Amino acid sequence: MDLYSLTIHEAHELLKKREISSVELASAVFDRIGQVDDKVCAYLTPAKDRAMADAGAADELIRRGEMRPLTGIPLAIKDILCTEGIRTTCGSKILEDFIPPYSSTVAKKLADAHAVIAGKTNLDEFAMGSSTEHSAFMPTHNPWDLTRIPGGSSGGSAAAVAADECIGAIGTDTGGSIRQPCSHCGAVGLKPTYGRVSRFGLVAFASSLDQIGPITKDVTDCALLMNEICGHDPMDSTSVSRSVPDYTEALRPGLQGLVVGIPKEYRAEGMDEDVTEAVTAAIKVIEGLGARCKEVSLPHTQYALATYYLIAPAEASSNLARYDGVKYGFRDNTADDLTQMYQNTRSNGFGPEVQRRIIIGTYALSAGYYEAYYGKASQVRTLIIEDFKRTFETCDVLLSPVTPTPAFKLGEKLDDPLAMYLSDIFTLPANLAGIPGLSVPCGFSKQGLPIGLQILGKHFDEEKLIRVAYNFEQATDYHTRRPRL
Amino acid sequence: MKITKEQVAHVAKLARLRLDDAAVELYTGQLGDILEYMDTLNSLDIKEVAATSHAISIINAFREDEVKSSMPVKRALSNAPQSEDGSFIVPKVIG
Repeated sequence: MDLYSLTIHEAHELLKKREISSVELASAVFDRIGQVDDKVCAYLTPAKDRAMADAGAADELIRRGEMRPLTGIPLAIKDILCTEGIRTTCGSKILEDFIPPYSSTVAKKLADAHAVIAGKTNLDEFAMGSSTEHSAFMPTHNPWDLTRIPGGSSGGSAAAVAADECIGAIGTDTGGSIRQPCSHCGAVGLKPTYGRVSRFGLVAFASSLDQIGPITKDVTDCALLMNEICGHDPMDSTSVSRSVPDYTEALRPGLQGLVVGIPKEYRAEGMDEDVTEAVTAAIKVIEGLGARCKEVSLPHTQYALATYYLIAPAEASSNLARYDGVKYGFRDNTADDLTQMYQNTRSNGFGPEVQRRIIIGTYALSAGYYEAYYGKASQVRTLIIEDFKRTFETCDVLLSPVTPTPAFKLGEKLDDPLAMYLSDIFTLPANLAGIPGLSVPCGFSKQGLPIGLQILGKHFDEEKLIRVAYNFEQATDYHTRRPRL
Repeated sequence: MKITKEQVAHVAKLARLRLDDAAVELYTGQLGDILEYMDTLNSLDIKEVAATSHAISIINAFREDEVKSSMPVKRALSNAPQSEDGSFIVPKVIG
């Protein structure tokens, strides 16, 4: 048995029975990284020495009988969450050498749970992108077809999970950045409700949309990671004071009595036939498990993309004002006055997609255009939220594709930002509304590329998403397939 | 609404980005396409709709005003490109 291919719950059982040690498990993961990561390019910073020391410490705890579900489990973290002492680049040249003096709450919670941090994974610069090609350092490749994108922006985390280069991972989702790469890589990904997970120490992209969540090999692991990362944090005033349920209790058979809505607007023009077929078949499976399915309408869906691509860049342009070459990160030293230093630092430090979004956002917020763009988008956002509220009055969850097509080729959409943005069309309404969304593998295209099913739910109803995904997973075998590398 | 090269150059200046002519040209074309797409919002009648800036209803997250320890200055300065005597060093601001 290859230890690196284990899930979190499988590894936990073996660790508990002392059939394996955390050091053996971590070694297997790093051997795997050594074997395949020059092809996949999932990691920006593997943290082997520290991980092996943490694994040794976890083994000591296990020997003493002090074991929790994540003790000794090697996990990867998207390189946009601050990890004290481990370089955190955000996929940007402007933070190439940044070593955070503190840890994000999520990284701290994982450390407190005695998980082993295997390293930091690649992403589109500041999480802005849908392909991981906008990383300043390298593109990540899809483990199922190395000529294709893994999705983004959490492409490194999703690819690392799919390629067995970690046991589980953490990603972030501002417009689909967990669900879309999970769909493309055949992993399970959950974007929790806005406010469910603390954003403290998550480098901000769009503060009203960003949320951290798990990327895992199966739904059980998703529930296990959720149990550790959720909860109110005094350091994040947008995190919600609400008790955290035991998400593993949602892992129970049966969907009787559940009402599932199928939004008719979630069928894009030019949608891939294989995606349509796989999602239609998945809905049938869920119906067969006892759920009642009905068509519903979210009439403002067609406005979500425009709304999102005004709000997200507007928030990004103000969040990224902090990169000025003064407090941390790259500074251009050729300038002789302060304004020039700012300009040179930012122009040389940010990549083209980040600059593009800063310009859109600054424009949308600038005098004379604020009402026409940012103001209007904030109003349309209300309509999108109301669509969901109305629908959830009669439905427990909604089902849709995650993306209109399977993973596209590297380079295919790089010169056409609008085409790239359109790949997020089914995922970003959930961020605008703050609702949770889950991607679970639901089939493969004729070319052998993974396809994901999106499950959306109402605020703080992650348990229902997990329950539906778990039942679907138990009835199918897509999650057991692995790419050949 | 079409965006002009002058507008792109002006916005870049506001955002403290230095764009060369080729970049202004490229972004003007790309942003024109993107903003044209944004104009789909104009077909909606939203006069009566309230704006949303936060999807979850939270009203004032208060906490006690207590003195707590904060990060030591030396550590806060540990990533600074240039620092001295507990301060950030920047190029001359006043000539």
